[in-house]
Amino acid sequence: MHGFANPARFLRIARWLTPLLLLCGIAVTAGALALGLLTFPPEWIQKDAVYIILVHVPPAWLGMAGWMAIAVASLVELVWRHPLAGIAARAAALPGAVFTAICLITGSLWGRPTWGAWWVWDLRLTSMLLLLFLYFGYMALAGAAQRDGGSGRVAAIFGMLGAINIPIIHYSVIWLNLQHQRPSLSMGNSAIDTVYLWPLLGAMVGFSLIFGGVVLLRMRAILADQQANARLRRKAMAGVGAGAAS
Amino acid sequence: MAAIKPKHQRLVLALIALAAILAAGALATWALRNQASYFYVPSEIVANPPDLDRAVRLGGMVEMGSIEMEADGVTIRFVVGDGTARVPVRFKGLAPSLFVEGSGVVAEGKLAKDGTFIADNLLARHDENYVPRELQDMTEHQKDAVISETVGAK
Repeated sequence: MHGFANPARFLRIARWLTPLLLLCGIAVTAGALALGLLTFPPEWIQKDAVYIILVHVPPAWLGMAGWMAIAVASLVELVWRHPLAGIAARAAALPGAVFTAICLITGSLWGRPTWGAWWVWDLRLTSMLLLLFLYFGYMALAGAAQRDGGSGRVAAIFGMLGAINIPIIHYSVIWLNLQHQRPSLSMGNSAIDTVYLWPLLGAMVGFSLIFGGVVLLRMRAILADQQANARLRRKAMAGVGAGAAS
Repeated sequence: MAAIKPKHQRLVLALIALAAILAAGALATWALRNQASYFYVPSEIVANPPDLDRAVRLGGMVEMGSIEMEADGVTIRFVVGDGTARVPVRFKGLAPSLFVEGSGVVAEGKLAKDGTFIADNLLARHDENYVPRELQDMTEHQKDAVISETVGAK
């Protein structure tokens, strides 16, 4: 476990893994979306609006998976004080927020033609909107710690506390009667005809690879930023020392 | 007694905290399931009718063959059912395009004295099943076979 927390080893792996994930992700996503656009028959009730599933379900999954990644990385950061865990959590926040926003936007565009409403305040939609605001809060806390030289522990605790929202998002549609339908996909079970299912699963894999690549990219950027700052600080100290000696 | 390593102490504390907040989230949703539901199903409305002047939402399936247009051309009547109970609904206005028989609907409005639900807004509701239109052209038997294959054991 500690082996992976070594920034030098991480950078060696991330250097080739980042472009690999991004390229595979873009290829798989493009293939899945093209397959969907070419092969989707109109759904029997919602007709062509069914295409939107390709850009709604994968971002929804990554918005939630992104926060679980933040929660787990925060746990590792708090318990083992791994330097990379906090960096991973911070790196996952922005793509997680972006995917949550995409999910909300495409969901709204889907709701208008299918339900007859852009938005309703049921618990599924409301808790997903809350997730977006939690991401904003987390980014503000982590950013403040970074700027002011704090420990980032407050952000890590916030990341763990915010995980309370994830089961609410997931189980709201199972336990409550909501405008949003129940999950179509669960472990080994699908209520989606195979003609829609395979392109959807492909898009979920593709979007997830892109997510992973972006997280690695951002982790490398944060590490590079820290190194540059440390170097500047050393230079400044050396300059002060030289000034005092003259 | 041997001292617990601070690392392990932090781990136990953090895991307890994580388990507690996930359980709290699940419990909160579970406890709120009556208040937090977006609509009542017909059997709830029938068993426990809301006050006549209270705005509520009624959700369920539009019964097959139940949609009727009244003589004025803008008022429609239909029946919402959930398998055990059925509630007649009257709605004046433009229904969403996906409002069809055999599909889900959420009606906002009030219950009238005679047990009819007077809706002032309708939302269509999609269920979790995604079925291609080709199935519509099959015989009932073929359709059932394909759908049960897709939906699987629920």
